[in-house]
Amino acid sequence: MTILYAALCLGALGLVFGLVLTFASKKFHVEVDERVEQVKACTGQANCGACGYAGCEAFAQAVVEGKAKPNGCAPAGAEGARKIGEIMGVAVETGERNVARVLCNGVKGVAKETSRYDGYRSCVVAADIAGGPKACRFSCIGLGDCMDHCAFNAISMVDGVAHINADLCTACGACVNACPRSVIKLMPISQKVIVRCRNSDMARVARESCMRACIGCGRCKKECKYDAIVVENGFARIDPEKCTRCGECAKVCPCNCITVE
Amino acid sequence: MNIFLFMISCILTNNFIFSKFLGCCPFLGVSSKVSTAASMGLAVTFVMTIASFFAYMVDQWLLVPFGLDYMRTIAFILVIAALVQFVEMFLKKSSPGIYSALGIYLPLITTNCAVLGVATLNVTAEYNMLYSVMNGFFSALGFMLAIVLMAGVRERLESSKIPQCMKGFPISLVTAGLMAMAFMGFSGMV
Repeated sequence: MTILYAALCLGALGLVFGLVLTFASKKFHVEVDERVEQVKACTGQANCGACGYAGCEAFAQAVVEGKAKPNGCAPAGAEGARKIGEIMGVAVETGERNVARVLCNGVKGVAKETSRYDGYRSCVVAADIAGGPKACRFSCIGLGDCMDHCAFNAISMVDGVAHINADLCTACGACVNACPRSVIKLMPISQKVIVRCRNSDMARVARESCMRACIGCGRCKKECKYDAIVVENGFARIDPEKCTRCGECAKVCPCNCITVE
Repeated sequence: MNIFLFMISCILTNNFIFSKFLGCCPFLGVSSKVSTAASMGLAVTFVMTIASFFAYMVDQWLLVPFGLDYMRTIAFILVIAALVQFVEMFLKKSSPGIYSALGIYLPLITTNCAVLGVATLNVTAEYNMLYSVMNGFFSALGFMLAIVLMAGVRERLESSKIPQCMKGFPISLVTAGLMAMAFMGFSGMV
């Protein structure tokens, strides 16, 4: 008899709760726009946050509500933006794909090391402790903060300098924000000729700290027929709009700090 | 016992984590960042308060009259699970803001022993309805205090120099033990 009571009571309780929940699921049903899921499927799905929203879901929601642009997802690229545009029924303009480039070429043996760093393996920490092992204060520290922040495994450490695989890079900008030295910059992928140094020290100091430091001598600027090179703050910079990727500047650079991909 | 003393006793003296050792799973699992710990604390406060209320009603009006008090555990689990489901649906519809703030933590609490613990403790302590609800609410505040403090400590542990073998969970457990000892200092106050 007791067992019967117990079973009945619990059964009744379960039934009541079941009914209430069934009723509630109908009553409190939230209409979810099916386009949200479709848009989300077209994004990079890495929750990298480059779009400025809390995640891919939030971005998709914002696109469907018209708050975000269909081409707002950097990892999705031109192809993804086009697909999202199709779902939303709007035309999408897509510019050229960007890619992150490391503006330091101070690999082991080239950049002078002043100390041995045995501390916590993080560029941010090393940068705070006497500026890390390398003498150059504009160098890639090489402890891989950018690598840890890359959701696409595009970054590896080669001889103490970050190396970015342009095929895997989606220009989400996570590494740009992670780098304490601001060594990484986003550039159009067609920009193959790059000055791989941002050292703004005086020529002698720069040269002493790294064999491949840009000393701001301006020979590349003189050599360039298209007026694409600007030398300011002690280092050269190439204007991607004017550069024709001829690579003549790289040939005359006395420090080998201009590279052609 | 007046209400202020009751509050102090729930939050500090009889802290759920440090003196009753209930809810240790989220205490260690979701305490790596202060912001997530605070969300978890809020979700627990929410559920524990409502759960003590409903568990009291089920106990007084269903289990006791039928002489089924030995079935409390299973009945309370049922109540809590259904309640959390219901609250989740309700929040999703009525206030998406709170829903997204609580996020994944709300469904996670369904199986939290702190929630079941407060319901059972209310019954054994023979609290009336007001005191049951207050016990639920203040105990949950104590839980929130503990988990937020722990998260604060763990955030600092992240960047401190710890021997390799103690990294991660071992040092967290040691920290939890030290914090429990500190909270034991409150015992006998109320």
